[in-house]
Amino acid sequence: MPSHVKIIAVLAFIVVSVATPINRWQAFIAYFAAIFAVSLVAKIPTLTLFTRALIEIPFIFFAILMPFFGTGERFEIGPLNLYRESLLAAAGIVVKGTLGVLSAVILSTSTTARELLRGLEKLHLPKLMVQIAAFMLRYVNVINDEMERMKVARESRGFIASGIKDWKVLATAASALFIRSYERGERVHLAMLSRGYTGVLPHDQSEGATLRIWLQGLALPIFAAVILLITTVIG
Amino acid sequence: MTTQPSLLIEELAFAYPDGNQALFGVNLRIERGERVALLGPNGAGKTTLVMHMNGIHPAEHGKVSVAGEVIDTTNKDLLRRIRGKVGVVFQDPDDQLFMPTVGEDVAFGPYNMGIRGAELDKAVDEALAMVHMSEFKDRPPHHLSFGQRRRVAVATVLAMKPEILVLDEPSSNLDPAGRRELAEILRSLDVTIVMVTHDLPYAFELCQRSVILSGGVIVADGTTGDILRDANLLAQHRLELPVGFSL
Repeated sequence: MPSHVKIIAVLAFIVVSVATPINRWQAFIAYFAAIFAVSLVAKIPTLTLFTRALIEIPFIFFAILMPFFGTGERFEIGPLNLYRESLLAAAGIVVKGTLGVLSAVILSTSTTARELLRGLEKLHLPKLMVQIAAFMLRYVNVINDEMERMKVARESRGFIASGIKDWKVLATAASALFIRSYERGERVHLAMLSRGYTGVLPHDQSEGATLRIWLQGLALPIFAAVILLITTVIG
Repeated sequence: MTTQPSLLIEELAFAYPDGNQALFGVNLRIERGERVALLGPNGAGKTTLVMHMNGIHPAEHGKVSVAGEVIDTTNKDLLRRIRGKVGVVFQDPDDQLFMPTVGEDVAFGPYNMGIRGAELDKAVDEALAMVHMSEFKDRPPHHLSFGQRRRVAVATVLAMKPEILVLDEPSSNLDPAGRRELAEILRSLDVTIVMVTHDLPYAFELCQRSVILSGGVIVADGTTGDILRDANLLAQHRLELPVGFSL
């Protein structure tokens, strides 16, 4: 499936799930079911899906603390004394955040970074941003290798980072790496100019998506929107 | 056109904006199909000279012509044409290869020259075939060995069908086999070659003619054999043959 369809589908799905009030819990069960169905169709192992979704944890950390602080009605679950309002708000953040992360993980797992960039280009994200992202993708390995070599060179001369007193060395190394990357950027630009670069990168004239593919791709957000509608009518 | 030299540099002088003068009146004429080694110590102005060959640096004084056309850096169309005619292969292939795949990178130059569609594919395939890298077309550059990346870097400029191929230290960091393979490829090409190098045996192997650039001027110009046999001349310009190497 063309990546720009997938990007739109994920965005639309996130918008619908964020727009759903948190007290319509039936809707969220349906959303999660839909996400898992999609991950099955995309043949993404459930374990992979979950380990990658762990990236969410630092972001929802504060949401987990929320029910303990707040005002208004309180109630008790076992030993815990919680605020009702804050609990609902926290649940909203966690549930909606998780849905968003899961859908984004499905997108990133089923699409190469390269295709994602092409999709963004197709969606008319400013060219400059796409180019910057493409360069980052290309040079992250080169710079990583460079960093690794600098580390080996440091350690070969007996340096082992062991505490705060070594930060000065590490900071100097980081700045050296920065300067080197900057200079490399200049050399790359020079090499590009030498081959006639005028500000446009070649992009392939890949096919647009047919209506059928769009419908297929947007099945997830459409399904979510229908659920939202139904629960609104019933609720 | 056959009477036009591939490259003609007349009285070229250049100073960097900080006042540091790099070239003091360089004269150089290179005929079509010649392979010329540009030798010289570090800081002699070799890279600066190369940057003039395709109009990255404007000629402040004197002029540079490629196949009969005088480079005028204010003329954008001309500049694009010149960059198609002078293919510069930089020393670090990672500076040159920036696209996500080998094939796309080789397509970058001809694309900028306005070539599209089937013709673009053909240019890419031919260039990769010339450096024996066809099967790597869809691979990302960072998965290749250094020697392979250097060869792809050569292909990226060959795809533009240049009149002159300018190579900056082509043999640096190559293993002996990679060095030999590259030499075979360069010898098989039907283009004018300017090779900037410190690797004197490599220059001897590939180029009939050598020039020495030192202190911003051409101080010697002759057959590579004659120049490399002149131990005094080499010593004056901080050049040395490897120990045990004799002609």
